Order: sequence, then C-alpha cells, then structure tokens
Amino acid sequence: MAFLDIAHVGKTFGAASVVNDVNLAIEKGEFVTLLGPSGCGKTTLLRMIAGFESASSGSIHIDGHDVTLQRARQRRVGMVFQSYALFPTMTVADNIAYGLKIAREPKSAIAERVEQMMKLIRLSQHAQHYPWQLSGGQQQRVALARALASSPRLLLLDEPLSALDAKIRVALRDEIRALQRKLGITTLFVTHDQEEALSLSDRVVVMNEGRIEQVGTPFEIYNFPRTRFVASFVGTLNILNSRVLDEASGLVEVDGQTVTVARLRRSGHGERTLALRPEAVVLESPLAGRNSLMATIEEVNFLGSVVRLRARLQETVLSFDIFNDPGQTLPQRGSRVALGFSHDNLLELEAS
Amino acid sequence: MKPASRAGAWLAIALGSLYFLLPLIATFEFSLRMRRESYSLEAYRVVLTDPGFQSAFGYSILMALLTVITSIVLVVPTACWIELRLPRMRPVIEFITLLPLVIPAIIIVFGYLRLYNSSSWLPLTGNERATDLLLICSYVTLSLPYMYRSVHSGLRAIDVRTLTEASESLGAGWFTTLAHVIAPALKSAILSGSFLTFAVVIGEFTMASLLNRPAFGPYLQLIGANRAYEPSALAVIAFLVTWASMGLIQVVSRNAAGAGAKRRLPGA
Repeated sequence: MAFLDIAHVGKTFGAASVVNDVNLAIEKGEFVTLLGPSGCGKTTLLRMIAGFESASSGSIHIDGHDVTLQRARQRRVGMVFQSYALFPTMTVADNIAYGLKIAREPKSAIAERVEQMMKLIRLSQHAQHYPWQLSGGQQQRVALARALASSPRLLLLDEPLSALDAKIRVALRDEIRALQRKLGITTLFVTHDQEEALSLSDRVVVMNEGRIEQVGTPFEIYNFPRTRFVASFVGTLNILNSRVLDEASGLVEVDGQTVTVARLRRSGHGERTLALRPEAVVLESPLAGRNSLMATIEEVNFLGSVVRLRARLQETVLSFDIFNDPGQTLPQRGSRVALGFSHDNLLELEAS
Repeated sequence: MKPASRAGAWLAIALGSLYFLLPLIATFEFSLRMRRESYSLEAYRVVLTDPGFQSAFGYSILMALLTVITSIVLVVPTACWIELRLPRMRPVIEFITLLPLVIPAIIIVFGYLRLYNSSSWLPLTGNERATDLLLICSYVTLSLPYMYRSVHSGLRAIDVRTLTEASESLGAGWFTTLAHVIAPALKSAILSGSFLTFAVVIGEFTMASLLNRPAFGPYLQLIGANRAYEPSALAVIAFLVTWASMGLIQVVSRNAAGAGAKRRLPGA
C-alpha cells in the first residue's frame, strides 16, 4: 500500500456528487498536485484527506493506518490555507508553537523547534510580531512553518499562493518546493493554475467534474494529454475533429484536407479528436514527411517576443506562435498560408 | 441650492441637539440647586452617602456583572456553533435573539411569575437567592439582542471556519479552539456586547421591580416619588454610567480597528 492511499473515495452533498470514485496512491516524499477548474472537486478531496469533510464512500489510508473515520485533529496532517488562517491574537512564535503546545511537548523542546522553524522560513526577526504586521507572503510562510512544526505525516496545501501578488507567488512557490525537498515530507498541493502545477510537482493529477482525468508527470501531462479536457485545460491546445481514411498509414481527413497521425490509439474507422500544440506549428511550404495544412490567417497578435496567429481551415481554427524576427514580414489577415508540423505532433485524444 | 440644503442640515442638527440636550441640561441644572443661595453638589453628596443608594447601586452592579458573565458563556459558544455547524439555523436564532426587543419586559416578567411562582413545579420566587437567579436570567434574555449582535458581527469579521479548521488540524479540540483562538479574536466584540449589556441592566426597572429585588431602577423610582433634587442627581449619575459604557465600546472597537488599519510592514 502506498504512503497515502485513496481508494474509491466519493463525496455527495445531497443529490450532488462532488467527488466520484477517486483512486490515488502517493508515495512517501512525493510532491503531488491536484489540478483542475473551480468546482472540479479537488478542494473537497483535499478536505476529506485533512478530515474536514467525511467521505461518503471509499477509504483513506495514511502510512498504513485507516483514517477514514478519524477526526481532523487525530490525523497528524499539516494544512495550509489560501487565506493563511493565522491566529490573529498570537505572535508569529506563538502561532508556530500552537500545535506543539497542544501536543504537550516540553517547553524547552517547543522553544527550540519554534526557533528552528523560524530560521527555516527566514522570519526569526519577526518572532514577536503579530500576523497583521506581516505581508501576505510572510504570513503564508508562517502558516507553512506552523503546519510543519509538529512534524505531520502529510502536508496539504489548499491554493496557498492564490491570494498573493504574481512576483511573490513565484518566489514562494520555489521556496515551498525547496522546503519540501529538504524535509522530504509527502505533499499534496491544490491549484487551478497549470503553470504552478507543472513547475512544482513530481506528479500532477488533473481533475474534472469530480473525477480524475489523468495522472502523470508534468512532462506527460503537457505533452501527452489523454483526454480532450486535459488537452484544453493544460496549455492552449488546438482541437481538430477528424475522420480516419486509412487506418494502417494513419491517414485522416480534417476539413477536407488530409494529414498523417503517427500513432492512432484505437482501431477502426470513424471520428477521432486530435490535439495539436501551438508551439509545434510553423509557417512553411509543404515538405515531404511532414504534415501541411492550407489555412487563412484570421488574427495576428503581436505580443513582443512572440507573435500569436490564428488561422482557419473551414470549421477548424488553429492557434500558433512564431518568434518575433525584425527581418521577417508578418502574414497579413486574410492571406492564405501553409502550416507545417510533424506527424508526431498530432495526438489522438480519448473519446469523451 | 448647495448652501440652502446645508443650512437645512444644520438646522436639523440644531433642533435635534436641542431636543436631546435641553432636558439633560435642565435636569443637571436642577440637580445643582438643592441649596437655595448657590449652585452646589449637595444633592449628589446626599445621594452618594445614602446607604440605600449604595446598596441598590452595588446590587445592580453585581447583577450586571453576573448577567454579563452568563450571557458571554451562553452566547459565544452558541454563535460559533451556529456559524460553523448549523448555518441554516441562523435566521431562527436571530429571530429568537431579537424577540426581547419586541416583547415588552413586563410580559416576560409576568411569564416568569406564572412559570416559577411558589406553587409551580420550579418555585424560584420562594427565596431571595433563587429570585436573584431568575432576575439574572431575565437580564440575560433582555440583553440577548445586544450581546448576540455584537458577537455575531465579530464572528463575521474573522474567518471562524478556517481558523477552527487550522486549529483542529494542529490537534486542538473544540474547547481549546474556542478558548485559545476564537474567544481572544472576538475580545473587542465581546467587550462591546458586555458594556451594552451592563448599561442596559444597571438602570433596568420593570424586571427588578416586579420581582421585588432591591436594584438601582426601583430605588430611582422610589426616590423620584419622594424627593425633589436627588432624583435629578440620580438621573445624571445613571446617564454618566451609560455614557461611560458607550465610551468604552468606542475605545475597544477603535483599538480593534486600529490593529486592522496598521496592516503591513515593508518587505515581503
């Protein structure tokens, strides 16, 4: 059994099913992110692991112990909230010491541990300050130290960076990851921000409508999305509806033009959904061994280092980026262009 | 247009001030005229040295303090519980806590007398201590709107749910969380509620009079019926107590607001 084992967990509120038969195994020391749009059930799943919600079905094991029916305070799970949730009437040091005091640790041990935690988050000089005297980023670091002080078995982070400014968000993100590596603590991180998920995690769990869509490394999730949802939620993927012409050679038809797919997942004829990353598409005349599609430029957005273009086949619209180059002229709106990409770049998605 | 409307506003303020201040000033002025020849604090000296005043005022202060303690113990956990576990009950509780504003005190006290008279199943009017208990209960009821309102708005200002969850995930039980996290965060709200309750209870007449307890309200009435200058002095004293309570509420809530306003030190 994995360190954190979630088996067939479901949650219903009245008639609404929020989390649906979720199975997930997380190894000790792993950093796993639950990624999905709001309302996908990721926070509810996290709250069931923390013990703030009870699971309607299934079981949760931490380190071999069944915690499904345990109260939050019995689970020894550290939690960090989006709103920091620092105790407003306590100083930084008292906030960090809270869990240790409740565990009735000896005074000297508490003082030592608090000292150590404050060094770890580099806020020793703020020990006697109150939460309202700190910036958002500092408050969240204190919350992190408070959650880690009593050496929990598991660290849960519920969108901890969402309330912060962009710059601090990136800095704290790296800090959380460095801290997690240093302590080797098994961590579950909830976010709706795909960049956060991809940059932080050992593995990403993409959720939608209470179900897990795909579990994989950031590389796998980004490059080989399995479903239409994952493809569209992670990055900006182009979706192409196609019809298989010749299964053996992977020849398919898109809006009256033919392209070749390197690997078709399923056998048989009929409709297939294909995905194409914007960064795979280039403007080039048709080449042997590569796919080529004729399209009409609809939109040209100059963004500085890159230029984002939108082109239409018939029904299908493709977005793609080219690097800015002062020596080249940009295609005009309404002009006909040839778009090239390799056979490998066309990914077949699971039927949804 | 502008100056005219401003003049109208000032006129309204002036009329309002006169309406409220004139009787007060007149009462104060009258309370100073016990000695024929000049203004003096003679009426206050007489009142303050009257053993009847001392015992009645002392009794009311004691009742007010016990009421404040009882209603804190009753209201704070209830309001937290409603906020956290039974949010659907909120309208019901709000309705109940507002009832004492609508139902006259005399009806409440008659209800008490019917329920707890000496021939009832729980005779509380039989001896003085039991009647004191009944009086405290009636004061708690009377001050429910004020205490519940201020605690409730205090709870609204902090994120109780998340604070409770944070505390729970650190291993704390319900009582520890309430005592060490929520109650300290609600300190200024609880203090405001307490001062209001104190101000309401200290001069209360109906309950104390009908339950026949020697409180400040009935004493005020007794003196008012028999003396000339002392009632005015007592009225001014009662006003001062109320104003002191209101002033303390201002101080307490300003301190709480100040803590919020001073947000953020430089640096991330």
